[in-house]
Amino acid sequence: MSSMHRIIAPFLGGLVFALGLGLSGMTDANKVIGFLNLAGDWDPSLAFVMMGAIGVHLVMYRMILKRQSPLFADRFYIPTRRDISAQLLVGAALFGVGWGLGGFCPGPGLVSLVSFDPAAGVFVASMLGGMLMHSLLSLPSRRARKPAEATC
Amino acid sequence: MLTSILWASVGGAMIGLAASWILLAKGRIAGISGIIGGLLSARDEQSAWRSSFLVGLLVGGGILTTILPDAIAAPDSRSLVLIGAAGGLVGYGTRLGSGCTSGHGVCGLTRLSPRSLAATLTFMGTGFLTATIVALAAGAR
Repeated sequence: MSSMHRIIAPFLGGLVFALGLGLSGMTDANKVIGFLNLAGDWDPSLAFVMMGAIGVHLVMYRMILKRQSPLFADRFYIPTRRDISAQLLVGAALFGVGWGLGGFCPGPGLVSLVSFDPAAGVFVASMLGGMLMHSLLSLPSRRARKPAEATC
Repeated sequence: MLTSILWASVGGAMIGLAASWILLAKGRIAGISGIIGGLLSARDEQSAWRSSFLVGLLVGGGILTTILPDAIAAPDSRSLVLIGAAGGLVGYGTRLGSGCTSGHGVCGLTRLSPRSLAATLTFMGTGFLTATIVALAAGAR
C-alpha cells in the first residue's frame, strides 16, 4: 500500500505520459519545429496532441473532483491563483522562445535523454541550469512570503 | 498527414490519461516543469512522487526506443550552442511562468484557468515566432 502510494502510482503516470509523448510525435524535435515554423511546409498535426489530452482530461477531471479526496493523498492540490502577473507572461514568453529555438519542451527533452543523443543531454543540462538559476534568484522573496503551494 | 493527426490524438489522449491518473492518485497537477523544478528547489514530502514520476518518464522513453525507434529524434537544423541556449530559456522561463506545455497547456486549460490560458497563448505565440524567424534566417543565409 505504502509503495503503491509513494512509488508505483506516480511511476505509472510518468510511464504512460512518456509513451503518449512518443506516440504523438512530441519527442521528434524536427516534427515540433515543423509545427512551430509557419514559413515552411507547415505540419499542424501536433495541435491534436493538446486537443486529445484536454479532451480526455476534461471528462476525467470532472469525475475525479467529485471524490472527497484522491486515492493516495489527503486532499486535492489544485492551483487557485487567477492573477495574470508580469512574471507569468515574461516566463511563458521566454519558455516559448526556447521551445522554438530547440524544438524541446521539458517533457520531451527528458524522455529524449534515453536516446543518448548529445542534443538531448545539452538541452536537459542547460534546462536544469535555468531552473536552478530561477531558484537561486527567487530565494529571498520566497523566504519573505509563504511558499507557493502548487505550481503547474 | 491523416495518420500523423491520428497518432497525435492517440498520444495526446494518453497524456490526458496520465495527467488524470496523477490527479486521481495523488491529487496533484502533472506539470513536468513543476515536477522537475520542485525536486531541484526542495526536499520535501513531494520528492518521492516527483522522482517516481520522472523515473517512469525515463523508463517510458526506454520502451519507446525499443518499440518505436524513430519516435525520438533530435533537431537536425539546430546547433548544440542553440540548443544549450534553448534549454536555459526553457528552464528559467517555465519556472518564472509557473508551468510548461503540460501544466499550463493541458492541466490549466482543462480547468479554464485564466493564468494558464494567458501563459499558453504567450508561449505558443513566441514559439511560433521564434521557430519561424530561425527558419527564415537560415533560408536567407
